[in-house]
Amino acid sequence: MSRIEALFAKKSPVLIGFTVAGDPGIEASFRVAKTMIDARVDLLEIAIPYSDPVADGPVIERAHVRALRAGATPETAFALVREVREYAPALPVVLFTYYNIIHRRGGDRFFAEAAAAGADGVLVVDLPVEESDEVAPFAARYGIDRIALVAPTTSPDRQRAILYGASGFVYIISIEGVTGERDRLSPGIARLVGAVREKTALPLAVGFGISRPEHVRTVVAAGADGVIVGSALVRTIEEHLGDEAGMHAALRTVIARLRRGFAPDPEPDILRRERVEG
Amino acid sequence: MADFGRRDFDVPRADAAGRFGEYGGRFVPETLMAPLAELETAYRRARRDGAFRRELDGLLTTYAGRPTPLTQARRLTEALGGARILLKREDLLHTGAHKINNALGQVLLARRMGKRRVVAETGAGQHGVATATAAALLGLECVVYMGEVDVERQAPNVYRMRLLGTKVVPVASGSRTLKDAINEAMRDWVATYDTTHYVLGSVLGPHPFPTMVRDFHAVIGKEALAQSRRLLHGALPDLLVACVGGGSNAIGLFHAFLPFRGVELVGVEAGGRSLAPGEHAARFGPGRAGVLHGTRTLLLQDEDGQVLPTHSVSAGLDYPAVGPEHANLAALGRTRYVSVSDGEALEAFHLLSEKEGIIPALETAHAVAWAVREAPRRRPDEVIVVNLSGRGDKDVPQVARREGVEL
Repeated sequence: MSRIEALFAKKSPVLIGFTVAGDPGIEASFRVAKTMIDARVDLLEIAIPYSDPVADGPVIERAHVRALRAGATPETAFALVREVREYAPALPVVLFTYYNIIHRRGGDRFFAEAAAAGADGVLVVDLPVEESDEVAPFAARYGIDRIALVAPTTSPDRQRAILYGASGFVYIISIEGVTGERDRLSPGIARLVGAVREKTALPLAVGFGISRPEHVRTVVAAGADGVIVGSALVRTIEEHLGDEAGMHAALRTVIARLRRGFAPDPEPDILRRERVEG
Repeated sequence: MADFGRRDFDVPRADAAGRFGEYGGRFVPETLMAPLAELETAYRRARRDGAFRRELDGLLTTYAGRPTPLTQARRLTEALGGARILLKREDLLHTGAHKINNALGQVLLARRMGKRRVVAETGAGQHGVATATAAALLGLECVVYMGEVDVERQAPNVYRMRLLGTKVVPVASGSRTLKDAINEAMRDWVATYDTTHYVLGSVLGPHPFPTMVRDFHAVIGKEALAQSRRLLHGALPDLLVACVGGGSNAIGLFHAFLPFRGVELVGVEAGGRSLAPGEHAARFGPGRAGVLHGTRTLLLQDEDGQVLPTHSVSAGLDYPAVGPEHANLAALGRTRYVSVSDGEALEAFHLLSEKEGIIPALETAHAVAWAVREAPRRRPDEVIVVNLSGRGDKDVPQVARREGVEL
């Protein structure tokens, strides 16, 4: 059983935390990952820094810029995976990447390196199912899950085509747009989760725009097995640049608040109205 | 002069996935796949629809100013002392560049698709102005993304867009040039496609953009083919030259001539300050196959796949990738690509102004510069057609500043 399977088998819902390798600095990046793990993130999604992250909103884009300025490369991301693997041997890790990083390296080398570092899955944000043959054989060869993406715009037929080759879990994009925090989630999210659920036995995780406990609650109520939080964590890093102690305290606070969305009982109104800070 | 033209080259067509050989395709986040499919269907229907074609042709004729003339550059030819030079005068079109061909086509298509808003990226500002113009004409809301560096160096076009009722959004990320403007336009579109069409300004991006934009510009070559046959008593020119950023004016001119292998096709890239990394935008030497902005093509990138910064004196050529059809035609040996430096382009800017009374855009000046280099090496009975893709009014303040002239 893979680490991803084992996680979802024993726990649902799960909290998936996102970080850009090398943000806010190459060494500081591991300390960020460690804090996220200590704060009980269940699965870590590590982005390989890229010069042109078009699927990302401004918050995550700036994280890519910080990482690249710090000298981060794909090797930095593999090194971070290795460190996380050592620190938390059972914690599943997914590499999030733009396709050109793989294209330049060659699929065989990329997936070999990802596997050697201890990654469990790879998510290629700009490689649609029509082009996925370019990586599928390598993912299979090295035993890496290919995390599939389903968007609100994905037709039922495309959903089937996408799910056919998917493994690990399915990443459901909650909103039409780039990554980034939103005031409210798309009202169609429950329908989308339901439609994908009918077509696959894989766990479903919902991401894009999730930044508050009530979002988490909505997504869990919609039947998702996990939520993915990115910009809210990355923004916390950005707001505490130069104050590492404050950064780690704030990350712990944000993650604890988000986890409250998993609580079966609704929070008092006073907490629900409060924005996730930090 | 080339002969009457034997059709001895099988023009490769994009396959159903929009691939030109190993290049092209559709590499975008899942959210954009449905809007691209919708666009592909709408475009396929529109191009078969006589009413759509008539409306576009009507606008090109009565609004944009087509057909554009093929001008004999007598004094330039005489000064260079070699091949005879003809100029395809896209600079005479409304808004001052070929870009209006595509902007009118796509904005008409957007209206037909029921969109009420268009977004566009722009480098030199010519595509932005053309889109702003088409949007004003057809009554659509328009937002143009433009890198901060380009906002600065193409200030006249920024004000023109604003006069046309368009919102210009300066882009501060990355290299703050065309590449980053495309990133922002794509980010806008992925969130707004319900109401919005993305008017991509070159033969770049995911399928169907490279094919669609080429089709809208193919009129350049169709006219030039007929005009050169008339002028040359049935024969064809020996050589066509066009500047290549993304490559829209070049593919527009080249396409009708592709079947005739006797006609040499040369694209001119920005050699910038030097051919060191980051100093130029010459993709066909150091570029390697890569994926940027939804298409696989030749790309300036480092060993990790990070896109490299580029430089050119001309904002419109300052881009790290090239249209996938160009990459494929080069691989097949049907076209070839050369580069000229900032300095050569600026010299050609002056030369054409003084010899022909035509101030070319700095992008266009790259094509002129290469013709200036090449013409003396050729016989007087040879004919070179240079695509005069745009006029240089927008560059006058920038060139004056470079040369220490206060306006």
